[in-house]
Amino acid sequence: MSQDPMDRYEVVIGLEVHTHLKTDSKLFSPAPVRYGDLPNHDVHPIDLAMPGVLPVLNQKVVGLAIRLGLATHSSIQERSVFSRKNYFYPDLPKGYQISQYDEPVVSDGFLDIEVPTKVNARSKKEKAETCVKRVGITRAHLEEDAGKSIHDTAVAGSDATLIDLNRAGVPLLEIVSEPDLRSASEAVAYLRSLRSILRYIDVSDADMEKGQFRCDANISLRLHGESEFGTRTEIKNLNSFASIEGAIHAEVIRQSEILDDGGQIVQATMLYDVDRNRTRVMRLKENADDYRYFDDPDLIPLQIEEAFIEAIRSELPELPEQKRVRFAEEYNLGSAEAEILVSSRSMADFFEETAQACDSAKAAANWISRDLRRELNERDLEVSDLELEPVVLAKLIRLVEDGRLTAKNARDLLPELVDRGGDPEQIMQERNLEAVSDSGLIDTLVQTVMQENGEAVELVRSGDDKPLNFLMGKVMQASQGKASPGEVRKTLVEKIKGNGTSGEVS
Amino acid sequence: MDSLTSQRAGLESGEFSSVELVEATLSRAEAEGRTLGAVVGLRGESALSEAAASDSRLRAGEARSPLEGTPFLLKDNMVMQGEPTTCASKILEPFISPYEGAMAEKLRAAGAIVIGRTNMDEFAMGSSTENSIFGPSHNPWDPTRTCGGSSGGAAAVVAAGVTGYALGSDTGGSIRQPASFCGVVGMKPTYGRVSRFGLVAFASSLDQIGPMTRTARECAWVLEAISGHDERDSTSIPEPAPRLESALDGDVSGLRIGLPKEYFVEGGTDPEVLARVHAGIKELESAGAKIVEVSLPHTEYVVATYYLVATAEASSNLARYDGARYGRRAEGVQDLDEMYRRSRSEGFGDEVKRRILLGTYVLSAGYFDAYYRKAQQVRTLVRNDFQKAFDTCDLIAGPTYPETAFGLGAKVDDPVSMYLGDIFTVSANLAGLPAISIPCGFAEGRPVGLQLLGPALGEAGLLRAADAFQRRTDFHEKRPVLDGISERIQELEKAR
Repeated sequence: MSQDPMDRYEVVIGLEVHTHLKTDSKLFSPAPVRYGDLPNHDVHPIDLAMPGVLPVLNQKVVGLAIRLGLATHSSIQERSVFSRKNYFYPDLPKGYQISQYDEPVVSDGFLDIEVPTKVNARSKKEKAETCVKRVGITRAHLEEDAGKSIHDTAVAGSDATLIDLNRAGVPLLEIVSEPDLRSASEAVAYLRSLRSILRYIDVSDADMEKGQFRCDANISLRLHGESEFGTRTEIKNLNSFASIEGAIHAEVIRQSEILDDGGQIVQATMLYDVDRNRTRVMRLKENADDYRYFDDPDLIPLQIEEAFIEAIRSELPELPEQKRVRFAEEYNLGSAEAEILVSSRSMADFFEETAQACDSAKAAANWISRDLRRELNERDLEVSDLELEPVVLAKLIRLVEDGRLTAKNARDLLPELVDRGGDPEQIMQERNLEAVSDSGLIDTLVQTVMQENGEAVELVRSGDDKPLNFLMGKVMQASQGKASPGEVRKTLVEKIKGNGTSGEVS
Repeated sequence: MDSLTSQRAGLESGEFSSVELVEATLSRAEAEGRTLGAVVGLRGESALSEAAASDSRLRAGEARSPLEGTPFLLKDNMVMQGEPTTCASKILEPFISPYEGAMAEKLRAAGAIVIGRTNMDEFAMGSSTENSIFGPSHNPWDPTRTCGGSSGGAAAVVAAGVTGYALGSDTGGSIRQPASFCGVVGMKPTYGRVSRFGLVAFASSLDQIGPMTRTARECAWVLEAISGHDERDSTSIPEPAPRLESALDGDVSGLRIGLPKEYFVEGGTDPEVLARVHAGIKELESAGAKIVEVSLPHTEYVVATYYLVATAEASSNLARYDGARYGRRAEGVQDLDEMYRRSRSEGFGDEVKRRILLGTYVLSAGYFDAYYRKAQQVRTLVRNDFQKAFDTCDLIAGPTYPETAFGLGAKVDDPVSMYLGDIFTVSANLAGLPAISIPCGFAEGRPVGLQLLGPALGEAGLLRAADAFQRRTDFHEKRPVLDGISERIQELEKAR
C-alpha cells in the first residue's frame, strides 16, 4: 500500500477561523482591548459578569464584519441575532458566551486562492504549477472571546488555576468555510489568504502569536470518487501555520490507519500535540455539551441598512487578489514577484510609491521583493514598521539605474538605510563610493590585473571562461567596488579576446 | 408626614429639613421596617450626610427635582456602589457592588436619599416574600399574612408609612401583587421605559422596575424621575422620560375601559375581590368612563407561557453565581466541579433551584421546540390579543390578583397554586405593557387591588385614570394599625 494516504483517500477539510476584531474596546463592554497588560487589568464590571450588568454592542464591530463580508463576496444579513451559548467554565464569567447562532451577520461567500494544481503535489516542480481554487465561506458571525485559565504550576502553584479575564469579551469574528479544502497545504493557503485580506481591510491584525487568529479544522476522509462525506473530527485551537499543517497531516494519518484497518471514524473533538506530532481525542461528540442556545434577551437584533453597507463598500480598499492582477499587468511583473509585493497592504503601497519615485517599476519590484524583504526578514519587521521612506529607497535605486552606484555597493548601503535612514546620495559621496565610469581608469585597472594574473588570462584566451569571474572580482576589488561591473566585463573580454566576442561569457 | 406628598410639602415649606425627615424615617425603618421584616439593610450615616447636602440645596432654592431630600428604599436587587446587594440570597450575602446601578444613580442625581434596602423573594422568585434569607415580610394589615412578592418589603414599607415611596421590580407581577396585598399603588411601566442597568436579572425580557407609592400622583413623580433612555441597557426605549403629572387632570370622560371576559369568569377569583373590583370600575364609569367588553383569548395559557420563558432566562441569568469571582463560595472545595456544585447547592434556596432546573430543562436539546419556542409563539399571540383589544378600548381593567393576602406559609409547599395566582399580572410582562395596581377597597379588612393595563408607553393614560379614581375614593388614605404589631409578630414567630 502507498505510503501517502492521499493516494488512497480524498481529504476533506473545512476551517473555522476565530479572528480578533481590531477595536479599541470589547464587544459588549467599554473595557480596552490590549495585549500584554497585567492580568485582569482590562476588565469592566460587565466582563466580570457582576450582578445587574448588561451588554451593549460595540457598534464598530458591525462595520468590520460587513467589510469582511464584502471582501469575501458574502451576503450581509439585514437582520442578525445574538444568542447565548450556555456552559460553565471559570474563564467564562457569565456562564454563557454571547454569539450569533442561527442568524449570523455574514453568510454565503467565497475566497479565491492559489493552490498547486495537483492536490498532493510533492516535488518543487509540482508545487510550482498552480491554479485558482474557489473556497466557499459558509458564514461569519460575531462573538465574544473567553478569558484565559492558567494551569501552569510555575505561575499558579501546584494544583491551583488562575483566571485572567483581560481577553474575556474581546470581539471575535468566526469565519466558517465550506468543506472545500483538500489538503493541508490548501488549508494553509486559504488561511494565509484570509489573514492577508483581514489585514488589508483593517479588520484584524490577525497576529497568530497574540492569539488574534486561531483555527479549528474539521477533517474527514473518503475514497476518491466517493460522493458522500466521511465522518469528521474537529481539531481545536490551532494557532500557527506549522501546527495547522502538522495537525492536519497527523489527523489524516490517524484516520487513514483506522480506515485501512476496516475501522470507523468516531465523531470527536481532537487536540493536536505538537511535541509528539499526534492528534488525540479530547471528547467524543456523544458527550458533547448541550449549549442550550437561545436569543439573548438583553440584546436586540442587529439591523443593518443597505445604505450603511454601500457606504462601506465604497470605502473598501483594493484587495490582494485584485492588486496582484493589476501589478502583473500594469507593471509587467512576474506572478511570484507580484505575489510577494501584495502580501501586505503596506508592502504593496511601499512598492507603488517607490516605483513612482524611481520611475522604474521593474527595479523597484526587484529591490523590494528581494533585498528589502531580506532585510525585513532578518529583523522580523513589517514594511510598516520601517523608518525607511519609499523616496529614499527610490533614490538608491535611481543611483544604481543611472550607473552612479554599483548594485553591490547599493546593497551594502541598504541595511544602514533600513536601520538609520539618511540620504543615499550624500552617504555615497561621503564614503567616496560613486561608481567609476571613467574608461581610462578601468582600462588601467584591467591592464594591471591581467599582468598580475597571466595564467588566468591564458585560460580564458584558450576558450575556458571560468577564470573570467575571478578576474572580474580582482578588478572590482581594485576599484573598491566602484567600477561598473558591465563596463569591467566588457573591457576584460575586449582586451583578452579582442572585439566581437563580448557577452558570450556568463 | 408618611406620604411623599406630605414630605414634599414639608420640605418645600421648610416645616422640616431633609435631615429631620431622614432621621425620623431611619428610626421608623429600624422599628416598624425591621419588625415587619420589610427592611433588610440601612445606610444611616451616608443617608444623613446626603440629606444635609440636600438641605443646603433646598435652602438655596436649588432643588434638583420634586424628590429632593425625600428618603426611599431600593429593593435588594438594585445595586448601588459600595453597598451590599443580596437579592435575599445566601449566594450574594457577601456581595458589595463595585458600580452604581441606574436607579441609585438617577434618584441620587434627583436629590433623593437612599436609606437602605427592602426584603424580597430570593432573586425576585416568588409571590410572598417568604423565600428570603432574611425571613418573611409581614403584611402591615395583618401580620399573619404575607405582603405578597417578590417586592413585598417595598409594598410593606410604603403601607406602614416607613417611607413615602420605594422601588420594586416586576417580572410577573412582583410590584402589582404586593401593592394589591398591602393597599398601595404599584406600577410596572412599559418594558424598556426604566433602565435595567444595575437591576439583578431574573428574566431579562420580562423584568421592569417601577414605583410603589400611596397615590397615582406620587407614582407619576417617581416614574418621571426613574424613566428615560439609558444607553447602558440595549432594551431601553429611546424616548425621553414622559411628562406625567400634567396628564393628571381628573378627566376620564369618554375613556373606554375594556373588561376582558376571561378575567371575570365564575369560580376563578374570590367573590369579595371581584365585588370590590366591580365597584371600582363602576366608580370610573360614574366619572364618565365607558365600559366595553373585550377578549384576551389566550389568557388560559399565560401562566404556563410565563413560567417557561421566565425560568429559561433565569437558568441562564443565574449561571454567573458560580463562586468563582464574587459572592459566596463553598468552603473546602477540592476541584472545579465541587466548587460549582456546592457553591450553588448551598447558596441558592429551593424556589430558585426549582426554577433553574425547570429553565435548564425547557432550553435543553429535544425540549426546546416543545417548550421554549412554543412559549415564544404564545407570547406573540398574547401580544396580539392586547393589540386587538386596544383597538376598541383605551385601557383594560380587572383584578390584580384572584384573592387578598394569603396566610404566611399557606402556599409554601404548593408552588403551582402560588404560580396560578399570577394569571392577571403576567400578561403585562409577556406583552411588555404598562400596568398599575391601585387600592379599590377591602375584603375582610384586607386591601384589594384594581389593575389597569394600558398600551405600550401608555403610562400617562393609566395614571390619569388611577388619579381620577383616587380623587373620588379614599382607600389610599386608610392606614393599617401598627400599634402592638411588634408583639404580635414576636408571638407568631414564637409559635412557629
